[in-house]
Amino acid sequence: MTQLTTSSKIKSTLAPNSNKDTQIDNSNSLGNFIQETLALTKRLFIQLQRRPSTLMAGVIQPFMWLILFGALFSKAPQGLFGNDLSYAKFLAPGIIVFTAFSGALNAGLPVMFDREFGFLNRLLVAPLTSRYSIVAASTIYIITLAFIQTAVIVGASAFLDAGLPGIAGLSAIALIVLLIVLGVTALSLGLAFALPGHIELIAVIFVTNLPLLFASTALAPLDFMAGWLQVIASLNPLTYAIEPIRYLYLHGDWTVGSIVMNTPWAEVSFGGVILVLLAFDALVLFTIQPLLRRRFA
Amino acid sequence: MAAAVVIKNLKKSYGDVLAVKDISFTVKPGEIFGLLGPNGAGKTTTIRCLCTLAKPDDGKIEVGGISAIDNPKVARQRLGYVAQEVAIDKVLTGKELLQLQAALYHIPKAAAKQRIEQLIEVLGLQDYANKQAGTYSGGIRKRLDLAAGLLHQPEVLVLDEPTVGLDIESRRIVWDFLRALKAAGTTVLITSHYLEEIDALADSLAIIDRGVVIAEGTPSQLKDKIGGDRVTLRIREFTSTDEAEKAQHLLSSLPFVEEIIINKAQNNSLNLIVQTGSNCLSKIEHSLIEAGLPIFSLAQSRPSLDDVYLAATGKTLLDAELAAASTRDLKKEKKQQMK
Ligand SMILES: Nc1ncnc2c1ncn2[C@@H]1O[C@H](COP(=O)(O)OP(=O)(O)OP(=O)(O)O)[C@@H](O)[C@H]1O
Ligand SMILES: [Mg+2]
Repeated sequence: MTQLTTSSKIKSTLAPNSNKDTQIDNSNSLGNFIQETLALTKRLFIQLQRRPSTLMAGVIQPFMWLILFGALFSKAPQGLFGNDLSYAKFLAPGIIVFTAFSGALNAGLPVMFDREFGFLNRLLVAPLTSRYSIVAASTIYIITLAFIQTAVIVGASAFLDAGLPGIAGLSAIALIVLLIVLGVTALSLGLAFALPGHIELIAVIFVTNLPLLFASTALAPLDFMAGWLQVIASLNPLTYAIEPIRYLYLHGDWTVGSIVMNTPWAEVSFGGVILVLLAFDALVLFTIQPLLRRRFA
Repeated sequence: MAAAVVIKNLKKSYGDVLAVKDISFTVKPGEIFGLLGPNGAGKTTTIRCLCTLAKPDDGKIEVGGISAIDNPKVARQRLGYVAQEVAIDKVLTGKELLQLQAALYHIPKAAAKQRIEQLIEVLGLQDYANKQAGTYSGGIRKRLDLAAGLLHQPEVLVLDEPTVGLDIESRRIVWDFLRALKAAGTTVLITSHYLEEIDALADSLAIIDRGVVIAEGTPSQLKDKIGGDRVTLRIREFTSTDEAEKAQHLLSSLPFVEEIIINKAQNNSLNLIVQTGSNCLSKIEHSLIEAGLPIFSLAQSRPSLDDVYLAATGKTLLDAELAAASTRDLKKEKKQQMK
């Protein structure tokens, strides 16, 4: 640091890249996208590893939901939630989806803090192939957490007498969790780019989180609800994730064509539910595109 | 060879705050260019527009002849940006931050590894690279930030107030580093509200005030433009007002003296503007001795950028009180920035 100007090695370290053609490498944009996504993902996991409290809370919380909600309805008349159905079995799919959803809804918070602390500028002045890499990295991170949480809930529910779906069923659960997490994560990141600050983002998370839980079939089936709530619950993406998982829990034999839910206006098959979730994801990704591109005021 | 950076008629407002009204300047390849202006002048806003973080309302921005507004990715590739506030992930180690940065600029793994090692060495970060950045002192953070900005070997390194809040030693390190960067061929664009910093570093500069450029050129061009030399005279260490006024009256009759003001804030020292090249010190000395006045100190100097700034802002250059007030302001600002 002291004899900076003397050494030629130092000079070459500080010199600009003279070969401009090698600088702008757009030829391999998929490779570049993967490189930036993995690097951003790695950062999130390093943070998780050094500050594991998020993960611990994330595992303990759904466990508590299971116990508490289970106890809340433990004296409900047998068969209330369907023939021969324990509340634990009914509840597990709701908790799986709600837990994944809550995690994804919070995905925008770290990005918002990055924005407020100026760290996001580091990403925005870099020649990222696409800012969707920020979305992709957060999704990979949240999905990993959601899978760990789901595994815990599935295990705990089995212990609480809810049974255990087979390999195909578990894969289907993973797919559904993936689809709901992708859309909600992207939505939350879009908000992190659009809202003025973390106060506003937390406010939005706060007013969305529990109402969306209660306006879904997580805690009670559709036909328990008032008519207007049935309509809302039938529009709620969470319901489209919960109902097929519940079906998997109840039926060992299921196919893509199985009718997994009855909305007030139509019956929806397993394949139909997947299509609805895919459409939800596509809609969100499309909607946030201008927000990602927007340069900050 | 295309100019390194061209900014032309830049305009940017935030709501009804017109942060940048009309800013134009050109940075030549290989030079250190200084953007000088007081708090709120629009320096950061200009830099944010250049680095594609904000979209200008109007105007032209070119980096190496290519429009940064139409081709933001090319501009991002060519520019390195060191922000006013060091933004570092406290949980990551310095090395991990540099690895992240390398991937964001798509530097191949092997090249990145070598480059990171080099920069850690050149910036003297060996002892810190494997520690979490949350444990770093301000100076070390700034060095890490510099390393991050340089990782992809940008043609132009843009630094927004790089020495604000740094201790004198760290400031010297940054200055030396910027000089070394220039020697290696990298163009440097730096903003500052420290006159002495721009005077010490910059080959050319633009002075901006309230969103407009009020002067542009090399430091000596700007100093020549306002003309005259400055002479500071102290009759005694603590001069009485009577004696100061007597000397003022006496010296104002000398043909080469253009203006004299009494600086009350400096114990009634006298500030004179004299014609350049006149053999004035001995003549001043002579007439003071003839009138029986003592001399505590007498010094001649070229105008400073401070004088340029005051002349350009239209605030009366020779109003000693205003000058004193403005230096007081600068000190207060410095203190505020240190917090
Ligand atoms: N995001 C913003 N929203 C509203 N006003 C802003 C914003 N950023 C800057 N301004 C205003 O624009 C003007 C110029 O600000 P800018 O940060 O560019 O000044 P600066 O020269 O960098 O000052 P400093 O030396 O204090 O860093 C100021 O009046 C400031 O209050
Ligand atoms: Mg600023």
